[in-house]
Amino acid sequence: MIEELATTDQGEMVVNLGPQHPSTHGVLHLVITLNGETIRKVEPHLGYIHRSIEKMCESLSYRQFIYVTSRMDYLSSHINNHGCALCVEKGLQLEIPPRAQVIRVLMDELTRIASHVLWWGALAMDVGAITPFFHAFREREAINDIMEENCGARLTMNYMVPGGVMTDLHPNFQKRVHAFIDLFKSKIGEYDELLTDNVIFKARMEGVGMLSKEDAISYGCSGPTARGSGVSCDIRKLYSYEGYDKLQFSEIIQTAGDAYARYLVRMGEMKQSLSIVEQLIDNIPDGDFQTKTKAVLKLPKGEFYSRVETARGEFGVYIVSEGGMTPYRIKFRSPGFSNLSALDHMARGQKIGDLVAMMGSLDLVIPDIDR
Amino acid sequence: MQKEELKSQLSSFHPALVFEEGGDWLTINIETSQWAPFANHIRYSEGLLFDYLFCLTCVDWKTHLGMVYHLSSTIHRHNMVVKSKLDRDRAEIETVCSIWKTAEFHEREVAELFGVNFVHHPDLRKLILPDDWVGFPLRKDYEDPVNMIKL
Repeated sequence: MIEELATTDQGEMVVNLGPQHPSTHGVLHLVITLNGETIRKVEPHLGYIHRSIEKMCESLSYRQFIYVTSRMDYLSSHINNHGCALCVEKGLQLEIPPRAQVIRVLMDELTRIASHVLWWGALAMDVGAITPFFHAFREREAINDIMEENCGARLTMNYMVPGGVMTDLHPNFQKRVHAFIDLFKSKIGEYDELLTDNVIFKARMEGVGMLSKEDAISYGCSGPTARGSGVSCDIRKLYSYEGYDKLQFSEIIQTAGDAYARYLVRMGEMKQSLSIVEQLIDNIPDGDFQTKTKAVLKLPKGEFYSRVETARGEFGVYIVSEGGMTPYRIKFRSPGFSNLSALDHMARGQKIGDLVAMMGSLDLVIPDIDR
Repeated sequence: MQKEELKSQLSSFHPALVFEEGGDWLTINIETSQWAPFANHIRYSEGLLFDYLFCLTCVDWKTHLGMVYHLSSTIHRHNMVVKSKLDRDRAEIETVCSIWKTAEFHEREVAELFGVNFVHHPDLRKLILPDDWVGFPLRKDYEDPVNMIKL
């Protein structure tokens, strides 16, 4: 698995990056073939935290398997849960109450902000700036506190269940979200001041990790990675779910296709998500937060596919049911897996010093890739 | 394009196609030997242009393996599912990674977890499992008393 030869026949050098490396944000192992400082090839070796979640889910019931999915993309666990709940609801043909829909959208968008904020801080640290990381954590903590009060957990929420959400909102929820909106609005300007127009940062990001529109589509990229290359692929817009079509927000698309374009997409998305939260927070309908479901859920025989937009891209859940209490086969289409497959293509011919910036701009979450 | 429209357009090109009823998206069953030319056709033919392979997976049906390809078009915004049955003992299908580059990683994953041989794939080494792993974990008859916890 690990190349023992330090040089190849052509005099190229083989360097291992990871599995333990601060910039891989987890256990990703890249075997890089170099000619001097120029990258010839990047080979990802995955599986250091492969838990075979898909096999595990085959012996879990339709209520239980959702809890496992929080452990995949741990920065968007609400949205992972959401995708799974949607798929089960599709199979059962359940309508969920309007209150639950709005709560779900609110949670999804807060999660998206928290995830992008952490990415922003981590990206800055990857390219050598330490300060933004602390700024990012200040806002992220505020969201995590809201989540903790509401769902009882800061990362693995397990809040969305088939039929709605698990519990009603905490009485403090609206007050605290308002406080967060004020906080974030006063701080988002700092983000732009620190990085967006920063000359050093731009020099590190512009023209790095080029990905053309055709390649982004062919590699199956989604989310900000694809939108930075000019592909319109926001599931919230294209295949609207939970009433996203009734909300006012725009899909951020950049056409440059470099790391800086992907950066700008995520910066824009944070503002759009904040606007969605603002539109909904005072308009949460009254009523039930969950529809009544049977104690034991059984999906009819058939195949069901649902897709949602996580902070990293398109997350798909494919359930094959034989009519039993557990799925016969389940497949999670994780956005990170496809986005990572484009890394080799975008790194070839570039300098090794830029590789970390490219990885940062892809926003990889390793448990999501390994599953 | 709507489901029915897509169906009529496809069946005019390939009269022998078998369509599956139900489901959100048009579902096609295709002979394994026909897959490569058919993939080429749906990818490049004007009016179809399925350029986005968003999910590629396999299901073990105990009697056979079933490949499942979820495709969509970023130009026409239509979706389609293509399925193909493979022999369990000699699971082989032509690779599509020259048509959709994302297939390269997805096929490696299916190859190691289901034991499907993708003919003409440039690099079918194990991606997620260790190199010396024996057996195909996502097959239904896979037993592993050490690593697998049954609930």
